[in-house]
Amino acid sequence: MAAVSSPLRVCRGILKELRALKGPEYKRTLAYNYVLDQFRKNQVSSERYCRAQKEALHSSQSYLCLLASSRCHVALHKLYHGKGERGPDEVADIVGLRLPTQPGGKGWEK
Amino acid sequence: MWRSLVRLQCQARVALSARYGRARLPVLWHAADLSIATSERKKFYQDVNISQREDGLFEINLDRRKLKTPGGKLFTVPNEALAVAVATEWDVQKDTLKFYTMNLTTLCNTALDNPTQRDKEQIIAAALKFLETDTIWYNVIIGSSSSIMGPQITEETKDTFRQHLGSYNFWALTGLEFVITQLKSLVLSFALVDRHLTVEQAVLLSRLEEEYQIQRWGNVEWAHDYDMYELRARTAAGTLFVHLSSESSSVKRKLLQD
Repeated sequence: MAAVSSPLRVCRGILKELRALKGPEYKRTLAYNYVLDQFRKNQVSSERYCRAQKEALHSSQSYLCLLASSRCHVALHKLYHGKGERGPDEVADIVGLRLPTQPGGKGWEK
Repeated sequence: MWRSLVRLQCQARVALSARYGRARLPVLWHAADLSIATSERKKFYQDVNISQREDGLFEINLDRRKLKTPGGKLFTVPNEALAVAVATEWDVQKDTLKFYTMNLTTLCNTALDNPTQRDKEQIIAAALKFLETDTIWYNVIIGSSSSIMGPQITEETKDTFRQHLGSYNFWALTGLEFVITQLKSLVLSFALVDRHLTVEQAVLLSRLEEEYQIQRWGNVEWAHDYDMYELRARTAAGTLFVHLSSESSSVKRKLLQD
C-alpha cells in the first residue's frame, strides 16, 4: 500500500522546505549538502530491487513529511493561536471606549 | 471512544517527553547571563555545526559551545544523518527558540537522559498496553471483537510482540514507543516502521474515525488540521528516529564487468 513518490520529487520537496525555512542561504546548510550527497550515493545500484535504496527513500519521505508538517503546524499555530491577549486599550476600543489619559502620569508611575 | 480513553492515559507520557525538552533545556544552560526558566528563549547562537569524536559519536556545536541535554550530559548521537537532522532543527530557529518544533532533539534528549529511569522491559510493557485497545482491523491471529470490551489477547501473542520489540536497541525502542503513543496503535506503528506505510498513510489510518466525521460534518482548520499536522510531525520524527537509530551503513564498490 505504500504509495512511494519518485526520489526526484522527494529530493526537490526537501530542498524546497529547506529554502522556505532558511531563506536564500539554504545552499550552505549542512542538511542541503548531506541530502544531495545521500541521494547521489543511492542512485546507482546493481540490484533490480535494492532494499537499501527503498529504505533510504522511505526515510527521506519521512524527513520530508517532518519538515512540511512542522512548517504547516507552526503556520497554523501563528494564524490561530499565536495572537495572545489584547492590551487594555484594544479591549476598550472594541466596545468604543477609550482609556483615560492623565497628563501627569498615574500615581504609581514615575 | 477507545482512542480518547487511551489518549487521556498517555497524555502524561507525551507531555513528559515533550515538556522535558522544552522547559528544562533553558534552565540547565551554563551561561552567566541566564535568567529564570522561561519557555521562551532567544536565539543565542549564529552557526550550527556537527563534529565527530574519536569513538565515532557525533556532537552538535552552537557557535563554539557544545550542545548538552537537559540532564547535563553531552549531546551525542550515533550517526551522521541524525546529527545533521538535529543540527538543522536548531539552525532553522529564528529569534526565539520554539522547542515544540524540535521533535528529534527532544527524542534524543529522552533517549540520552532517560528521565523516568526506564529499562527496556518497562518500555516494552508500556507499549504492549496499547495492544488491547488497538482499534485497527487486524488479522484474526491477534483477535477481533464486536463487544465494547475489546478482544482477549492471549499471552502467546503478547510474548511474540514482546520478543519482536526486544529486538530493537534502546534508542530505537524509545522512538518506537513514542510512535505507538502518537498513533495509539501497535499494528500501525509496526506497519510504519517496517515501511509498509508512509507517515501520511499511517496518520490517516490512525485518525480514520476523525476523517470520517470530517467528511460528514466538515473540517475545522484550527482544530483538525492543527492536530493532524502536529501528529504527522511527531510521527515522522519518531519513525525517522527509529530508522536512523537502527541502521548501519556501508559502502560497497563494485567494478563493472566489461
